[in-house]
Amino acid sequence: MHFARVLGPLVATAKIPSLSGYRLSWIEPTDARGRPLGDPLVAVDPGQYGRGEWVYFVTSREASLPLRDPFCAVDAAIVGKVDRVDLEGGTQIVAAEDPTGARAAAGGVHAVADVAVAGPDGAP
Amino acid sequence: MILARVTGSVTSADKDPELAAYKLLVVQPLGLDDEPDGDELIAIDRVDAGVGDHVLVVKEGNAARQITGRDRVPLQAVVVGVVDHVDWLAGEER
Repeated sequence: MHFARVLGPLVATAKIPSLSGYRLSWIEPTDARGRPLGDPLVAVDPGQYGRGEWVYFVTSREASLPLRDPFCAVDAAIVGKVDRVDLEGGTQIVAAEDPTGARAAAGGVHAVADVAVAGPDGAP
Repeated sequence: MILARVTGSVTSADKDPELAAYKLLVVQPLGLDDEPDGDELIAIDRVDAGVGDHVLVVKEGNAARQITGRDRVPLQAVVVGVVDHVDWLAGEER
Protein backbone atom coordinates (compact mmCIF):
# COMPACT_ATOMS: atom_id res chain seq x y z
CA MET A 1 0.00 0.00 0.00
CA HIS A 2 1.07 3.57 -0.63
CA PHE A 3 0.31 6.94 0.96
CA ALA A 4 -1.69 9.53 -0.97
CA ARG A 5 -3.57 12.77 -0.57
CA VAL A 6 -7.11 13.03 -1.92
CA LEU A 7 -7.17 15.92 -4.38
CA GLY A 8 -10.91 15.69 -4.98
CA PRO A 9 -13.73 13.65 -6.48
CA LEU A 10 -13.83 12.70 -10.13
CA VAL A 11 -17.30 12.39 -11.62
CA ALA A 12 -17.98 9.91 -14.40
CA THR A 13 -21.66 9.37 -15.11
CA ALA A 14 -21.22 6.74 -17.80
CA LYS A 15 -19.18 3.89 -16.38
CA ILE A 16 -19.15 0.12 -16.36
CA PRO A 17 -21.96 -1.40 -14.22
CA SER A 18 -19.63 -2.91 -11.62
CA LEU A 19 -18.36 0.59 -10.80
CA SER A 20 -21.80 2.10 -10.33
CA GLY A 21 -22.36 3.51 -6.87
CA TYR A 22 -18.67 3.92 -6.15
CA ARG A 23 -16.98 7.25 -5.83
CA LEU A 24 -13.83 7.89 -7.84
CA SER A 25 -11.15 10.17 -6.43
CA TRP A 26 -8.20 11.94 -7.96
CA ILE A 27 -5.27 11.25 -5.61
CA GLU A 28 -1.63 12.28 -5.37
CA PRO A 29 0.86 9.79 -3.91
CA THR A 30 2.92 11.06 -0.96
CA ASP A 31 5.81 9.80 1.10
CA ALA A 32 5.49 8.86 4.77
CA ARG A 33 5.81 12.55 5.72
CA GLY A 34 2.96 13.63 3.49
CA ARG A 35 5.16 15.19 0.82
CA PRO A 36 3.99 14.80 -2.79
CA LEU A 37 5.63 11.90 -4.60
CA GLY A 38 5.00 11.12 -8.23
CA ASP A 39 2.12 11.52 -10.61
CA PRO A 40 -1.55 11.78 -9.58
CA LEU A 41 -3.91 8.94 -10.43
CA VAL A 42 -7.57 8.02 -10.08
CA ALA A 43 -8.63 5.48 -7.47
CA VAL A 44 -11.97 4.00 -6.51
CA ASP A 45 -12.91 5.25 -3.06
CA PRO A 46 -15.34 2.92 -1.24
CA GLY A 47 -14.76 4.77 2.07
CA GLN A 48 -15.78 8.13 0.55
CA TYR A 49 -12.86 10.12 1.90
CA GLY A 50 -12.89 13.89 1.57
CA ARG A 51 -10.74 16.33 -0.30
CA GLY A 52 -7.38 16.82 1.39
CA GLU A 53 -7.55 13.67 3.51
CA TRP A 54 -4.40 11.60 3.91
CA VAL A 55 -5.13 8.03 2.89
CA TYR A 56 -3.45 4.88 1.64
CA PHE A 57 -4.27 2.87 -1.44
CA VAL A 58 -3.63 -0.51 -2.97
CA THR A 59 -2.96 -1.10 -6.67
CA SER A 60 -3.39 -3.75 -9.36
CA ARG A 61 -5.55 -6.85 -8.91
CA GLU A 62 -6.07 -6.24 -5.16
CA ALA A 63 -7.81 -2.92 -5.87
CA SER A 64 -11.01 -4.71 -6.83
CA LEU A 65 -11.20 -6.78 -3.63
CA PRO A 66 -13.04 -4.14 -1.51
CA LEU A 67 -15.77 -3.85 -4.18
CA ARG A 68 -18.96 -5.87 -4.70
CA ASP A 69 -17.49 -7.44 -7.80
CA PRO A 70 -13.99 -8.72 -6.94
CA PHE A 71 -13.16 -8.93 -10.65
CA CYS A 72 -14.14 -5.34 -11.35
CA ALA A 73 -11.91 -3.45 -13.79
CA VAL A 74 -10.05 -1.11 -11.43
CA ASP A 75 -6.35 -0.81 -10.69
CA ALA A 76 -6.26 1.44 -7.61
CA ALA A 77 -8.45 1.63 -4.49
CA ILE A 78 -8.26 3.70 -1.33
CA VAL A 79 -8.44 1.30 1.62
CA GLY A 80 -7.91 3.49 4.69
CA LYS A 81 -7.29 6.90 6.19
CA VAL A 82 -4.04 7.85 7.93
CA ASP A 83 -4.41 9.39 11.39
CA ARG A 84 -0.75 9.51 12.28
CA VAL A 85 2.64 8.19 11.22
CA ASP A 86 5.35 7.62 13.83
CA LEU A 87 8.81 7.69 12.29
CA GLU A 88 12.28 6.87 13.55
CA GLY A 89 13.70 9.31 16.05
CA GLY A 90 10.33 10.12 17.57
CA THR A 91 9.06 12.22 14.66
CA GLN A 92 5.28 12.21 14.44
CA ILE A 93 3.35 13.20 11.33
CA VAL A 94 -0.27 13.93 12.23
CA ALA A 95 -2.91 14.21 9.52
CA ALA A 96 -4.80 17.52 9.49
CA GLU A 97 -8.14 17.23 11.28
CA ASP A 98 -10.02 19.54 8.95
CA PRO A 99 -8.33 19.35 5.59
CA THR A 100 -11.33 20.83 3.79
CA GLY A 101 -11.48 23.92 5.99
CA ALA A 102 -10.44 27.49 5.34
CA ARG A 103 -6.80 26.64 4.68
CA ALA A 104 -7.75 24.46 1.77
CA ALA A 105 -9.96 27.14 0.26
CA ALA A 106 -7.20 29.73 0.53
CA GLY A 107 -4.30 27.72 -0.73
CA GLY A 108 -5.58 25.09 -3.12
CA VAL A 109 -4.38 21.55 -3.27
CA HIS A 110 -0.91 21.95 -1.84
CA ALA A 111 -2.04 23.83 1.25
CA VAL A 112 -4.12 20.85 2.28
CA ALA A 113 -1.05 18.67 1.92
CA ASP A 114 0.38 20.35 5.03
CA VAL A 115 0.84 18.02 7.94
CA ALA A 116 1.87 18.80 11.48
CA VAL A 117 5.37 17.53 12.15
CA ALA A 118 6.24 17.18 15.81
CA GLY A 119 9.69 16.47 17.19
CA PRO A 120 10.40 13.95 19.96
CA ASP A 121 9.31 16.47 22.59
CA GLY A 122 6.06 17.21 20.80
CA ALA A 123 7.18 20.68 19.68
CA PRO A 124 6.51 21.60 16.06
CA MET B 1 10.70 -10.85 -1.63
CA ILE B 2 12.74 -7.76 -0.87
CA LEU B 3 15.05 -6.59 1.88
CA ALA B 4 13.74 -3.47 3.62
CA ARG B 5 14.05 -1.50 6.81
CA VAL B 6 11.15 -0.55 9.06
CA THR B 7 11.13 3.26 9.30
CA GLY B 8 7.82 3.87 11.02
CA SER B 9 4.31 2.79 11.91
CA VAL B 10 0.93 4.01 10.71
CA THR B 11 -2.05 4.70 12.98
CA SER B 12 -5.31 4.31 11.10
CA ALA B 13 -8.66 3.86 12.83
CA ASP B 14 -10.73 4.07 9.66
CA LYS B 15 -9.81 1.35 7.19
CA ASP B 16 -11.20 -1.45 5.11
CA PRO B 17 -12.69 -4.08 7.50
CA GLU B 18 -10.46 -6.77 6.01
CA LEU B 19 -7.42 -4.82 7.23
CA ALA B 20 -8.78 -4.10 10.71
CA ALA B 21 -6.76 -6.76 12.51
CA TYR B 22 -3.34 -5.75 11.25
CA LYS B 23 -0.59 -3.43 12.39
CA LEU B 24 0.69 -1.24 9.55
CA LEU B 25 4.40 -0.49 9.14
CA VAL B 26 6.26 1.92 6.89
CA VAL B 27 9.05 0.00 5.18
CA GLN B 28 11.87 1.41 3.07
CA PRO B 29 13.20 -0.99 0.41
CA LEU B 30 17.00 -1.33 0.49
CA GLY B 31 19.56 -1.86 -2.24
CA LEU B 32 23.09 -3.16 -2.00
CA ASP B 33 25.19 -1.52 0.73
CA ASP B 34 22.08 -0.87 2.82
CA GLU B 35 21.06 2.25 0.90
CA PRO B 36 17.38 3.18 0.42
CA ASP B 37 16.23 2.02 -3.00
CA GLY B 38 12.83 3.19 -4.23
CA ASP B 39 9.78 4.56 -2.46
CA GLU B 40 8.57 3.61 1.00
CA LEU B 41 5.51 1.44 1.21
CA ILE B 42 2.99 0.35 3.82
CA ALA B 43 3.07 -3.32 4.80
CA ILE B 44 1.26 -5.34 7.43
CA ASP B 45 3.35 -6.94 10.12
CA ARG B 46 3.21 -10.69 10.82
CA VAL B 47 6.43 -11.07 12.81
CA ASP B 48 6.34 -8.30 15.46
CA ALA B 49 8.96 -6.23 13.69
CA GLY B 50 9.94 -2.87 15.15
CA VAL B 51 11.24 0.44 13.86
CA GLY B 52 14.85 0.06 12.74
CA ASP B 53 14.61 -3.67 12.01
CA HIS B 54 15.80 -5.08 8.71
CA VAL B 55 12.97 -7.18 7.38
CA LEU B 56 11.93 -9.47 4.57
CA VAL B 57 8.88 -8.17 2.72
CA VAL B 58 6.74 -10.10 0.27
CA LYS B 59 5.07 -7.86 -2.30
CA GLU B 60 2.45 -9.97 -3.94
CA GLY B 61 -1.30 -10.09 -3.39
CA ASN B 62 -1.77 -13.83 -3.56
CA ALA B 63 0.94 -14.35 -0.95
CA ALA B 64 -0.79 -11.76 1.25
CA ARG B 65 -4.08 -13.65 0.92
CA GLN B 66 -2.43 -16.95 1.85
CA ILE B 67 -0.62 -15.47 4.85
CA THR B 68 -3.71 -13.75 6.24
CA GLY B 69 -6.09 -16.54 5.27
CA ARG B 70 -8.46 -13.90 3.86
CA ASP B 71 -9.31 -14.17 0.21
CA ARG B 72 -10.52 -10.58 -0.10
CA VAL B 73 -7.86 -8.70 1.84
CA PRO B 74 -6.89 -5.65 -0.28
CA LEU B 75 -3.19 -5.93 0.36
CA GLN B 76 0.09 -6.74 -1.34
CA ALA B 77 2.94 -6.08 1.09
CA VAL B 78 3.54 -8.25 4.17
CA VAL B 79 6.52 -8.27 6.52
CA VAL B 80 7.29 -11.99 6.77
CA GLY B 81 10.66 -12.07 8.52
CA VAL B 82 13.17 -10.14 10.60
CA VAL B 83 16.59 -10.35 8.95
CA ASP B 84 19.52 -11.17 11.21
CA HIS B 85 22.25 -10.72 8.62
CA VAL B 86 22.94 -10.95 4.91
CA ASP B 87 26.16 -12.26 3.36
CA TRP B 88 26.90 -11.11 -0.13
CA LEU B 89 29.77 -10.54 -2.54
CA ALA B 90 31.06 -7.05 -1.97
CA GLY B 91 33.06 -4.72 -4.22
CA GLU B 92 35.35 -6.41 -6.78
CA GLU B 93 34.13 -9.87 -5.88
CA ARG B 94 30.81 -9.09 -7.48
